[in-house]
Amino acid sequence: MENKSLKGWLYLLPALLFLGVFMVYPLIDVFIYSVEEGYNSASQTFYGYGAYNFSYVLHDTYFLQAIRNTFLLVVITVPISTGIALLLAIALTSIEKFRNLYQTIFFLPYVTNTLAIGLVFMILFKKTAYSDGMINMLIMAVGGHAIDFIDGPYAAKMFVLCFYTIWVVLPFKILILTSSLASVNQDYYNAARVDGTSKWRIFTKITLPMISPSIFYLIITGFIGAFKAYSDVVALFGTDLNAAGMNTIVGYVYDMLYGDSGGYPSYAAAAALILFVIVLTITVINMLVRRKHVYI
Amino acid sequence: MKVVLENLTKKYPNRNKRIGGDVTAVGDFNFEIPDGKLIGLLGPSGCGKSTTLNLISGLIKPTSGKIWFGETDVTNLPPENRGVGLVFQNYALYPHLTVRQNITFPLENLKGSAKLSKQVMEDKAFEAAKLVQIDHLMDRKPSELSGGQQQRVAIARALVKVPRVLLLDEPLSNLDARLRLQTREEIRRIQQETGVTTIFVTHDQEEAMSISDMIVVMKDGYVQQIGKPQEVYDDPINLFVAKFLGTPPINVFEGEAKGGKVYIGNEAVADCPKVEDQKLWIGIRPEGFIPDDNGPMSCKLLRVEVMGRDVSIVSENEAASGPTIRSIVSSDIKVDPTRSEVRFSVKPHKIHIFNRKTEQRIYID
Repeated sequence: MENKSLKGWLYLLPALLFLGVFMVYPLIDVFIYSVEEGYNSASQTFYGYGAYNFSYVLHDTYFLQAIRNTFLLVVITVPISTGIALLLAIALTSIEKFRNLYQTIFFLPYVTNTLAIGLVFMILFKKTAYSDGMINMLIMAVGGHAIDFIDGPYAAKMFVLCFYTIWVVLPFKILILTSSLASVNQDYYNAARVDGTSKWRIFTKITLPMISPSIFYLIITGFIGAFKAYSDVVALFGTDLNAAGMNTIVGYVYDMLYGDSGGYPSYAAAAALILFVIVLTITVINMLVRRKHVYI
Repeated sequence: MKVVLENLTKKYPNRNKRIGGDVTAVGDFNFEIPDGKLIGLLGPSGCGKSTTLNLISGLIKPTSGKIWFGETDVTNLPPENRGVGLVFQNYALYPHLTVRQNITFPLENLKGSAKLSKQVMEDKAFEAAKLVQIDHLMDRKPSELSGGQQQRVAIARALVKVPRVLLLDEPLSNLDARLRLQTREEIRRIQQETGVTTIFVTHDQEEAMSISDMIVVMKDGYVQQIGKPQEVYDDPINLFVAKFLGTPPINVFEGEAKGGKVYIGNEAVADCPKVEDQKLWIGIRPEGFIPDDNGPMSCKLLRVEVMGRDVSIVSENEAASGPTIRSIVSSDIKVDPTRSEVRFSVKPHKIHIFNRKTEQRIYID
């Protein structure tokens, strides 16, 4: 028995080693950075330990702006994208003709480079000296006023960001939900049909509970993904996100490390830990909700 | 409610496009199921029995033919308007609902004037649960029940709305041998208590024979024979039915009719004065053999298996189509297992002869 467990640890060793070096050690390091006050990355010195870094970050208007942006992004995109994905997945499973064609079309954003998509969105939304962007042309065609989506009002920028995020995360969600819908045993539907169950009741009482584990999975990963938003924002609004007022928490962390005003690993570490606590809290809440509402 | 199937046919386009044409899942099914009877649809897998059941339930639309419930033509009615209760092979209990919720599910679908109050639904569910003896399990989830209990819940759910016809698709195949025996009695009891016309599908002939009022033997989409279990067993219409019914199965021999006698090899085993000379398949039920040292059939004795009440004699004969011949005799009859040869005479009503080519029964009398 002793021998067997030794062998087990031996087999686990490579994975543990890499996890330790690339995950556990950096995590501990981030924590240490976050409590070292006045850390200077050039001289590698600091004054002492304390919570000042957290206090600084939490009072930084840029960070508060980043938190606001991130929360808005999460709250708007996760429910909407999951809902749209569910509708599309149901539509996809109920059609027979061209199903594969549509599936391919819906899946395209997933395999397209983020920056390429960003470029397409620029063409759609950006106002330049030569053009107002395609969306503005449409708005003007129906008699509206052109809006600067990229450098204009906050709401317009947020709209573009949410639109973009929803569009990017849809394919994965549709993929998960279509396969989840397909795995529901047809007999349940037949049984319900024989008993004269209405379509709406079949959907709410059978389909939804049956695929609830997938929906829950998508909501959790959606939350986490949206909290980690950064590259998409850069693709849309450029690297100076603080100036654009569109920074996210991860963007703030990055700027604190490498940005023009960067070089503050302690502030970055503190911000990263705050993000970690937020994500953890929300995931725990999700888990509690799941226990109550998700059938397993 | 009597159920009438009239030239019921279901064809599917052939998947193999090169061959083309249609595959007949059910062909020209005609049967009037009397009210309140338990009918077993019996046949090997792929014979169209489940398709027939789904046609009756309305989940599948027939290619042609009609279905009547009583005097009503239900051929074009969707399943929800037919008033059938259907029990699936895998029970199809909603796993996220409790037993109670599962059973009340069909009642909650009722609309308009048929709508029931919550209390009435609960009462009806309890009544149905009591009938199948699961009334103490109402708050459990299906995953917390044994296979037999799940089966009962499925039956209760099918019965709760008082269906005009109860349909059971392979109701026992997911149960272990012992439970199967118990549950089939249970199905019989429930059917008799409720008096609902019940059709159940099975590939197990013993199951069908033991509880059905009538059995329908099907093969390749076509009905072979319909009748009371014992009648079909005693009087099979063709070789397929003869072989399909009975455990151990009927022993089949190559033989011929010659000069008014039935020959297996060179031995005349029965008389058939009215039958023309021809090649035959000869079927003899295991219980049709009588060990008899002066009997006409000589077989090489392989072994004697004692099974308590009966003795099973396993022997060989060159004319047999199977590798061995199995005969079952009462354990009162002593057979010396060390001898090399055993002779039998044959009970005349346990021997059936069939045309070698068409495999249709030839009646001796």
